[in-house]
Amino acid sequence: MKKMTLKSDYVTKAYSRKTIFRDVSFSVNEGSAFAITGKNGSGKSTLIKILCGLLTPTKGSVLLSVNEKTITPENYYPHIGLVSPYLNLYEEFTGEENLLLIKKIRGLNSGSDARINELLNEFNIYDHRKKEVRFYSSGMKQRLKYCAALLHKPVILYLDEPSANLDEMGIGIVRDAMNSEPATR
Amino acid sequence: MFVVTTLSMVMFSLGSNTVPYEILSGMLWIVIFFSAMSGLSRTFVTEEERGTSLTLRLLTKAANVYIGKLIYNTVLITSLSVFIALLYQLVIDDFQIQTQSIFWMTILLGSIGLAAASTILAAIIAKANTKGTLFPVLAFPILLPLLLECIKTTVLAVEGAFFVEAIKDFQILISFIIVMIAASLMVFEFVWND
Repeated sequence: MKKMTLKSDYVTKAYSRKTIFRDVSFSVNEGSAFAITGKNGSGKSTLIKILCGLLTPTKGSVLLSVNEKTITPENYYPHIGLVSPYLNLYEEFTGEENLLLIKKIRGLNSGSDARINELLNEFNIYDHRKKEVRFYSSGMKQRLKYCAALLHKPVILYLDEPSANLDEMGIGIVRDAMNSEPATR
Repeated sequence: MFVVTTLSMVMFSLGSNTVPYEILSGMLWIVIFFSAMSGLSRTFVTEEERGTSLTLRLLTKAANVYIGKLIYNTVLITSLSVFIALLYQLVIDDFQIQTQSIFWMTILLGSIGLAAASTILAAIIAKANTKGTLFPVLAFPILLPLLLECIKTTVLAVEGAFFVEAIKDFQILISFIIVMIAASLMVFEFVWND
């Protein structure tokens, strides 16, 4: 397992005059899980976007280091995976095509084809891989998002509303997968 | 369909009248400009509307997204321009190209220039609330020098000028493309990321 440290130092986010949250500080290391809880509108999703490098904090800083090497926000993308309601896949492509597209954009090697099949099986959507995403149920779309987020074996996996649109069976599948995936163990 | 409709309107409005080739050259680029803008302006808007821009931002660097979109737009607009140019010559009798090399070089460089400028403009307007109105307002001053140069070299092609006579104009077009791509690569990350 890669050595990883994620450190948030007094991170504050404000839009115009409205402060969403102030001075959020914590530190997370590899192999651990960290939960951010709060009321609706308290800025959990905004904080995750900052941690992913998608938004810049108004004050404070986020430090990500992998194998003791500091990573700049524009280079977070090979190291992180995100499952979020704000993140969508291409509806006109099939589930498999979406993952192949992500593989190509990320520049992953040909061995990733086996990884795609492994993830589709793990999240129980292998039989629907040739179906266009627009015909997926919301639960299947959510499980495909997990496949997309885990394809490149990220060192950090961010889950924003992880059980959204999932039924009991779906939650069980995701829980099992989370226990077996290297990034989340 | 837009191209066919526009060219039909041009053809029927001209009728049997003889129109100076300078005006016909300008009209060709008006058709190319509006055909290109109808599609290119939505390059990034569709990503924003479908929520896939966030996905792209998590997958790769901003510069890679810009280059990918630029290549796609260049192929799209070049194919469209070639189609328009062929059809235009076919249906407008008074528009006879004497120097084909100048004409096709103008079509190629003009298309790349249009793609280079409209890709960054499309990225800017995708973040704005007034997408429809902002694009022409931003596009007009940026694309005007390019279009004027393209019209000028198209006139040279109709007049039957030698290729060497158009080299200075091609240098201007190439400079426009280089400046536009370099400036876009510098600003795209800021436009794309926040």
